[in-house]
Amino acid sequence: MNFALTDLMPLLPEIFLLAAVSFILIFDLFLSDEHRYITYILSLSALLGCGWLTFSGATGETIYAMHGMFVSDMLADVLKLVVYFSVAVTMVYSREYIRVRGMFQGEFFVLMLFATLGMMVMISASHFLTLYMGLELLSLSLYALVALQRDSAVAAEAAMKYFVLGALASGMLLYGMSMLYGATGTLEIAKIAAVLQQGLGSNTVLVFGLVFVVAGLAFKLGVAPFHMWIPDVYQGAPTAVTLFIGTASKIAALGFVLRILAQGLQSLSPDWQSMLVIMAVLSMAVGNITAIAQTNFKRMLAYSTISHMGFLLLGLLAADINGYTSAMFYMISYVFMGLGSFGMILLLSRKGFEADKLDDLKGLNQRSPWFAFMLLLIMFSLAGIPPTIGFYAKLSVLQAVIHAGYTWLAVVAVIFSLIGAFYYLRVVKLMYFDKPHDMTPIAPQGDMRVLMSANGLGMLALGILPQPLMALCAYAIGKSL
Amino acid sequence: MLAGYPLLSLSIWVPIIAGVLVLATGSDRNAPLARWIALLGAILGFAVTLPLYTRFDPLSASMQFTELARWIPAFNIHYHLGVDGIAMPFVLLNSFTTVLVVIAGWQVIQNKTAQYMASFLIMSGLINGVFAAMDAVLFYVFFEAMLIPMFLVIGIWGGPNRVYAAVKFFLYTLMGSLLMLVAFIYLYFQSGGSFEILDYQRLPIGMTAQILIFIAFFLSFAVKVPMWPVHTWLPDAHVEAPTGGSVVLAAITLKIGAYGFLRFNLPIAPDASHYLSGFIITISLIAVVYISFVALAQSDMKKLIAYSSIAHMGFVTLGFFMFNTLGMEGGLVQMISHGFISAAMFLCVGVMYDRLHSRQIGDYGGLAKKMPIFAAFFMLFAMSNAGLPGTSGFIGEFMVILSAIKVNFWYAFLAATTLITGAAYTLWMYKRVVFGNITNPHVEDMQDIGPREFSFMAVLALAVLAMGVYPKPITDVMHTSVNNLLAHVAQSKLP
Repeated sequence: MNFALTDLMPLLPEIFLLAAVSFILIFDLFLSDEHRYITYILSLSALLGCGWLTFSGATGETIYAMHGMFVSDMLADVLKLVVYFSVAVTMVYSREYIRVRGMFQGEFFVLMLFATLGMMVMISASHFLTLYMGLELLSLSLYALVALQRDSAVAAEAAMKYFVLGALASGMLLYGMSMLYGATGTLEIAKIAAVLQQGLGSNTVLVFGLVFVVAGLAFKLGVAPFHMWIPDVYQGAPTAVTLFIGTASKIAALGFVLRILAQGLQSLSPDWQSMLVIMAVLSMAVGNITAIAQTNFKRMLAYSTISHMGFLLLGLLAADINGYTSAMFYMISYVFMGLGSFGMILLLSRKGFEADKLDDLKGLNQRSPWFAFMLLLIMFSLAGIPPTIGFYAKLSVLQAVIHAGYTWLAVVAVIFSLIGAFYYLRVVKLMYFDKPHDMTPIAPQGDMRVLMSANGLGMLALGILPQPLMALCAYAIGKSL
Repeated sequence: MLAGYPLLSLSIWVPIIAGVLVLATGSDRNAPLARWIALLGAILGFAVTLPLYTRFDPLSASMQFTELARWIPAFNIHYHLGVDGIAMPFVLLNSFTTVLVVIAGWQVIQNKTAQYMASFLIMSGLINGVFAAMDAVLFYVFFEAMLIPMFLVIGIWGGPNRVYAAVKFFLYTLMGSLLMLVAFIYLYFQSGGSFEILDYQRLPIGMTAQILIFIAFFLSFAVKVPMWPVHTWLPDAHVEAPTGGSVVLAAITLKIGAYGFLRFNLPIAPDASHYLSGFIITISLIAVVYISFVALAQSDMKKLIAYSSIAHMGFVTLGFFMFNTLGMEGGLVQMISHGFISAAMFLCVGVMYDRLHSRQIGDYGGLAKKMPIFAAFFMLFAMSNAGLPGTSGFIGEFMVILSAIKVNFWYAFLAATTLITGAAYTLWMYKRVVFGNITNPHVEDMQDIGPREFSFMAVLALAVLAMGVYPKPITDVMHTSVNNLLAHVAQSKLP
């Protein structure tokens, strides 16, 4: 077996992060509590380093490494950069929240970075085993993160639920992968695609395997009817972790879905399209209708996530370049909105007080007009009202689905987004039309203040000029698929 | 000298930028500053629209003052602006109304003044964008974005039941427009990847598709107009909205619905428009006849005017679907006239409400003794609302009735009943509020209008009278565009 060091160049960001996180893990042991911020700064620097390595390594070419186990292409690079960004923002948003709750420890950052590494491996996987390895690294880190608040019964319950259901989904996924292996004789995604292209392979086994794979993917994305874990985990986990699960890991899930469905199983698209249609309609229905009944802001956002993932499926089920581009654009836009909405809960929380009830938002316009306006922009963006980025996300998936010939599905989608608008409006109503019952001043830290303002105004700025992000997604998808 | 200036962009962005500046003044400690910036912004915003009228070429039916820039090349979306004789008057009307609204809210709004003024300024810019947009997505963006400030205005400064009204307003309007978005995307693919409204107008479309497209647009604009039976949000929104909100709703946003019919339904789906015209005419006539009786039964003044707005807008859609020049111009004149009259009527109610904090007709009576100047203005506007010849209210209704009689006598007959019912509900309300003996002791303390209120009343009175006596300056600019549209609609677009 010939081996050259240059073969490892495409993996440089992963290798760097692994080294950095191992260093942080050990270095943190020697830090006293008052110097813990060094861990925080080191973690952010590690992400920054990864960002630089990925950015400078992004050539637009597709390079396979490790004998076809690993791929570095434009899609991976763009998704990874979004992951670094959202993990970094998550860390900044979380800092004060976890500090006052006694979670400002090395474990938090190390687990987050390990999860990030898992995401990177998932995004860059070109082999089912690599995919699975990345997925498990991410999932195990997340289970631990959810349970990080040891004295919280809700968090422990959420972690347990997440673990059991997650393990079940992983099992289904593995089972489906083994079926695909049986039908095609390979685990390498590109080779599977080639085998399917030639029309080889047993069709019954393939479709059987496909059902399990899609079910596993649906669980990871959190679409109905595999969504049961989302509300409980989102509500039970410490909000900082919810923020992490709700944003960065979604990007990884998208990468995962694109690798399997778009790259590997494109030839089977007539088979999986119909499954995605059902899941999309169910997700939009369950997510939007159930969200109306929620009184907990985190739980409402959890159901809103389910409905947004339903919209994302609209892009995916178009099963062409245009559709994948729109799905990617939708996901990146959603991540910005998710960062803002969960981040706002962190911003409004303080020692001994979780601002996770919808009623806690009452009269925010009187307490802090600026942050009320930021949350207003985020809510209208989630509802898909122009001139915010959420509108273009909806526009792009709707055009993809109409282009694919499912005009009726677009009509169903807009009806559900109308229902969805109601509960986003209720948030605006609480902030602007109601009187506050708690006048505690809102004084976030300087960096959080700046970042949250940028996050909110970003909804508007990207809404007025969505072209660069759209073009980036189109370029990444076009180069890689 | 003005040729080089992007006048339409200015008319959109000057108010929006002024609105952002007003917001920047912050809390209510700086309210006087916020008011002055708002007034300056509104006047400047109106001033930049004036050249649109003076430099308009009334002999051309094509889009004028066009601006074109690439916006989102990924979907071939352009920042494309332009106005024809149909859209241009509304840009002026809207910018003019904004000045009135700022003055009307001058002393009344003491709570979050900056946010109030900014909402109206931003809304004004967005509405100008609606009328000027030549790109479907750009149109949609303005059309929807406009809902946000209106939602806040009703919800923050409205009456007791404001939350219900604001949410109902938002969801009703959103319901219609989302289907329009699907229609736009469908047309985008049919036209081979264009979001240009003018391309859609030239595109041949089959009958079934035309009918579906027509229905998608119809739902969107019928809610906005509002037509019976999707009108129920309007009385709620009007009653709960502050005076300024009611003025903008009645004077401007209702017109967007009617404008949408002319810009989208008729030219994009002409065959479906002819096919479904009986349906539209029927529900327009129901609005004119039935809603007038509903108005008669109201005890709340704002509700009464809201229902009268629905009836008057029924005339507009009736005129459009007569498919002749007189009817369409009559509809357009009625829209502009209603813009002045409904603004004036709501401002009158606002003046009374500021003093007595009641909109119930029963709480008033004998106002003429205490507020003679106000009573005189109110009389003029009430007469105009009833369609008295010599006021602007008469012209539009008369033109529509004349055009209807050419098509079908019974259309004209039913439409003409408004001359009786309109007079009945308006003048009966006027009589109960202004004449008679003072029964409510609080009316004794009411002061007549001051110079601020006098100024906007006088301006509106002049507008109503001038348009009633000499409407030619308005019909002249729209004449060519209307004829062009009618010629376009007369041709079948079936492939």
